[in-house]
Amino acid sequence: MAQWTEAVFLAAIKSALVILVLLGIAAYLVLAERKILARLQVRYGPNRAGPRGVLQPLADMIKLLTKEDTIPAGADKVLFLMAPAVVAATVLMSFAVVPWGPEFAFGDTKIKGIVADVPVGVLYLFAMSSLAVYGVALGGWASNSKYSLLGGVRGAAQMISYELSMGLSLAPVVMISGSFSLVSIVEAQQGIPFALVQPVSLVLFFLSSMAETRRIPFDLPEAENELVAGYHTEYSGMRFGLFFLGEYVNILVLGALVATMFLGGWKGPVLPPAIWFLLKVTAVAFLLIWIRGTLPRFRYDQLMHLGWKLLLPASILNVLATGAILAFWES
Amino acid sequence: MGEVMEKKGAIKELWKGLQALAWGFSTTFIHLFKKPVTEQYPEQKRSLPHRSRGRIILTRDPDGQERCVACYLCSAVCPVSCISMQSAQRQDGRRYALWFRINFARCIFCGLCEEACPTLAIQLTPDFEMTRRNPMDLLYEKEDLLVEHGGKDKEYNYYRLAGVQVTGPKGSHQGEKPPVDPMSNMP
Ligand code: SF4
Ligand code: SF4
Repeated sequence: MAQWTEAVFLAAIKSALVILVLLGIAAYLVLAERKILARLQVRYGPNRAGPRGVLQPLADMIKLLTKEDTIPAGADKVLFLMAPAVVAATVLMSFAVVPWGPEFAFGDTKIKGIVADVPVGVLYLFAMSSLAVYGVALGGWASNSKYSLLGGVRGAAQMISYELSMGLSLAPVVMISGSFSLVSIVEAQQGIPFALVQPVSLVLFFLSSMAETRRIPFDLPEAENELVAGYHTEYSGMRFGLFFLGEYVNILVLGALVATMFLGGWKGPVLPPAIWFLLKVTAVAFLLIWIRGTLPRFRYDQLMHLGWKLLLPASILNVLATGAILAFWES
Repeated sequence: MGEVMEKKGAIKELWKGLQALAWGFSTTFIHLFKKPVTEQYPEQKRSLPHRSRGRIILTRDPDGQERCVACYLCSAVCPVSCISMQSAQRQDGRRYALWFRINFARCIFCGLCEEACPTLAIQLTPDFEMTRRNPMDLLYEKEDLLVEHGGKDKEYNYYRLAGVQVTGPKGSHQGEKPPVDPMSNMP
């Protein structure tokens, strides 16, 4: 009984900590993105709220929280109110299985550097990322607006085309490490990170999960130019804020996944593990911002072409090749 | 044979695409270290071109008289009808605006009033910083509009070129021909 309560207590503390840190980082990621994007385009970016704009996230939060929360006439109320929560909750939940450090001792209790070391962590992640798209699709549908509906439909279609190659691109990693648990995957990269062993699957995973996060160049569900703001056109105030938050936490999740699966997770010399992990996540986030500042948006058919005709066959081939090499190795 | 050629083409295309990508990414990356070109508005103000269209003024002629003769042309041409006035006549026959009002809450700064004005009285200036919290503060009366100078063309004086009998009888002004007797045009 005591052990049971202790475990729950520990999990609660860890999740609270992870969520707090995650939200804090996500808030400043927004600022970092706006700043870096601005510099990429020879602008300054936000620099008014506080010195060099460091209070901008706070100002944005106050603004979002105090804005009126409107519900369009004819909207499906329940779904409309639920959709942003679905997006934000699923991405936050994804982080539960991401390890940010090794097991360490606190007093005489051993604490794992992860909220929940689920044996099927990879599958759990896929489940969460597929659930997140329900938020997008439902939000788009429930808004009772043609732009939102188009955005939602695009989101769903995009998810279908990329989920497959995303799953398959991670299969070689799972095959080599022999486990679905993210902790074991990190442990398996003791010698060399999987980025060197499996560069092809890194590229495939990166591309398809970028499409999953709905960012430029794959931001078709939002596509400001043609769909106003896509699936969140009708949202205002903090409900829009939740979508926004979802997007930025999603960047962090993507960064964390790339770091865990391919860059050796928390492992690294000299610096403490959590710092290494954070550094790797930031590097991926920077890459994403850089991409956003450089590439234009794909056309819808190009996106489908890329997903079904290039990424999917390539990832299947990659799985087959890895399987063949592994079988050859063992015999 | 053909297939091999095609394959070579595809690889070439891929190589070209990668080069183009690298080019694009390096361009943006280099810009990361360049000084932003942004003008930080309230601190750094750019002097706008002479002819940019901002706050409207009513100017005076070289003699220091009000140029406006309350002809209503500006008011008539204004697409948003934001100019209103009341004409009046001085003892010497010269017309002037009893009151003259521009509602800047409606003005779109199109400059048509300036173009329509025969006396160069109404002119737009480069000053654009005239936002107010209360829209009623944007109602400019004649005393707010009238300035002590001639604006863009300081030398121009309508009454020297043409006009009613103010400075002299008809036909005695600069470049003005004597009035034509319509009867002389009869066949
Ligand atoms: S600038 Fe245009 S809108 Fe403004 S007062 Fe003149 S004519 Fe009217
Ligand atoms: S067009 Fe010129 S002269 Fe005529 S009323 Fe307007 S400002 Fe006065």
